[in-house]
Amino acid sequence: MTKPQAIDVNPSFKENLPKEKFDELDSFVNNLETTRSALIEILHKAQKIFGYLPRDVQLHIARKLGIPGAEVFGVVSFYSYFTTKPRGKHTISVCTGTACFVKGSDKIIERVKEKLGIGSNEITEDGLFTLKDVRCLGTCGMAPVMMIDDKVFGRVKEEDLDNIINSYRNKEL
Amino acid sequence: MKINSLDKLKKIRNEYQKNVCLRVNSTDSENSDIRIEILIGMATCGISAGAKDTFNAFQEELAKQGVNDAKVVSVGCIGYCHSEPTVQVNIRGREPVLYGNVKKEEVQEIVQKHIKGGNPIEALTLAINFERA
Amino acid sequence: MVEISNNKKLLRIALRNCGLLNPEDIFEYIALGGYESLGKAITQMTQDQVIDEIKKSGLRGRGGGGFPTGLKWELTKKQKSQEKFIICNADEGDPGAFMDRSILEGDPHSVLEAMAIGGYAIGARKGLIYIRAEYPLAIARLSTALQQAGENGLLGENIFGTDFSFDIYLKYGAGAFVCGEETALINSCEGKRGEPNYKPPYPVEEGYWGYPTCVNNVETFANIAPIITKGAQWFASLGTEKCKGTKVFALVGKIKNVGVIEVPMGTTLREIIYDIGGGIPGGRKFKAVQTGGPSGGVIGEANLDTPMDYDSLISIGSMMGSGGMIIMDETDNMVKIAKFYLEFTMDESCGRCTPCRIGTKRLYEILNKITSRKGTMADLDALKQLAYMVKDGSLCGLGQTAPNPVISTMKYFWDEYLAFIKDVDHPRGEGRYTAKNKIGIRS
Repeated sequence: MTKPQAIDVNPSFKENLPKEKFDELDSFVNNLETTRSALIEILHKAQKIFGYLPRDVQLHIARKLGIPGAEVFGVVSFYSYFTTKPRGKHTISVCTGTACFVKGSDKIIERVKEKLGIGSNEITEDGLFTLKDVRCLGTCGMAPVMMIDDKVFGRVKEEDLDNIINSYRNKEL
Repeated sequence: MKINSLDKLKKIRNEYQKNVCLRVNSTDSENSDIRIEILIGMATCGISAGAKDTFNAFQEELAKQGVNDAKVVSVGCIGYCHSEPTVQVNIRGREPVLYGNVKKEEVQEIVQKHIKGGNPIEALTLAINFERA
Repeated sequence: MVEISNNKKLLRIALRNCGLLNPEDIFEYIALGGYESLGKAITQMTQDQVIDEIKKSGLRGRGGGGFPTGLKWELTKKQKSQEKFIICNADEGDPGAFMDRSILEGDPHSVLEAMAIGGYAIGARKGLIYIRAEYPLAIARLSTALQQAGENGLLGENIFGTDFSFDIYLKYGAGAFVCGEETALINSCEGKRGEPNYKPPYPVEEGYWGYPTCVNNVETFANIAPIITKGAQWFASLGTEKCKGTKVFALVGKIKNVGVIEVPMGTTLREIIYDIGGGIPGGRKFKAVQTGGPSGGVIGEANLDTPMDYDSLISIGSMMGSGGMIIMDETDNMVKIAKFYLEFTMDESCGRCTPCRIGTKRLYEILNKITSRKGTMADLDALKQLAYMVKDGSLCGLGQTAPNPVISTMKYFWDEYLAFIKDVDHPRGEGRYTAKNKIGIRS
């Protein structure tokens, strides 16, 4: 339930949604014991496969489960974990929990924004990073904390940021 | 293998007890199979502080220095977030020693002086003193 | 040697195995006595005996509410229904709290075992663990633990050769703080938007898909097995008269020994902060501690000798919450802290009821006005009034407790609010200062 996400009513033609990915999603749904109460689980899987949940994917899931598209969208927009916008290759999550806040995470996130030239929930031009401000990552002992994909960086200092971000940039070279 | 009765559970408990009795009471554990045990706190906070590197460093260092009766175990966190990564060294017949802030650079010294030499490195130790239920 | 002062005040029950065993090896858990409580419960005790034991122990829900666990189990058991569910609430959303993560990552089997005991006691065949998606390692370790318990017949059909069968499924959250509230959590388990429901009916009557459902917190479950093995009397001998046993706290913020601790109920804040936590780093002065996350309040120097238990904390305007403690020093501004929490609850408000949806937003706006030095005394009055309105009018615990940080900072750190105001509205402001007790704080 963080920031409301802008919704595109018109289908976008630029989206690249290969059929294989839909097949992968379908076979996951088919293998479920029951689809009852499984919507969130399916959306997690879909976001893993596609990277995000565009309109077409949401509608596909709705048809597959035989429920209204609005219901699917209602769930997608409720939870902050789901995104309807494409994500960068790596997701940088900066913790904005209380412990991190009192240890200066507001400065960290400002510096990251500056360095990447984007705001939160936005994607860098090269498509490499998405920035998210997240609620507590539960690693308060290491505050301030940031996470890139599944890797947690603790006791982050402003001067470390270049090194951390560049280490991901260099992997691409 | 299904554990289908309380007796069977107790049998398994006895069987595996020798693997953990060093941790419960290292000064009185004659029947422990393991002589030296190195417990490394590997919860999210430990890992973000570099516990995985420490873990690997221990395995490499033990092999390199020819210690083959020591077991490296990954455990949950002991709660000392201020000193992650934490490492506990249990040696049969001795009090357990808890180290804090063990980066991979510290591993060589711990293996050489403490595990091989038997002398804990005072500067790195943390006081461990609480009751478990 | 780094001194961690007098740790003899620590007593580990819920955290008994954390840091001691390999969480990915069920046999280490068994070797330390694991699953014996389950065996004892289902082969030697009746359902009522198990419930009775938990009731006698005095264990209360560790998620923050403090509802007696045994009573909750009894209420669920009394319901007549073909199917019942037991749910473990592992949606630890309070910023600054990570006790549940420590338990799940360090000792996942203790939770599984306790869920099975609970399932047996209330007559459920299925359990769910609702865990937040932000905890990938905890999810991985739980999955491993579930698989191992299933392979060894400690979960599944006919456990310990009895006719009791029990299975546990994982349900993932998707980032919504309100899902820690039990009715919202159940909605989310059903794959819906995680909005809370009106109570009654309570989940113990109508929960998951309408069946009686018992929701307990991770830490509550972690206390169950020792109570069954060691007996209710042992547990009841710990803690205070009304609050038995221990509580796990996460100490974070401006404190030397950041970490997870477990202390007997009734330990004072002073002992926790100075004796165990080692005091404030950098030679700075202690200012306040925030307990109970965004639902709790701040506690200042004057109340440092309050014993930590559910009732004492409520009496000084805070709450136990799940056990996060954020320590702040003299450099932290309390108005900004209140604003930080309101920003959090404003974002996390699900929008179902008006007082919370609009109230938290307005509270935040007023606080924003104040911290940007544009506020007047009238704003402070409005802030107070609105805070109580949101508190009294909201549907669920999130809204009802959302204004607590504002109310408690106004009560204990009124000067800091005034400091933002005075410059703008000096003459009138001074005069209306006395208005504080007319509208505002009920004490």
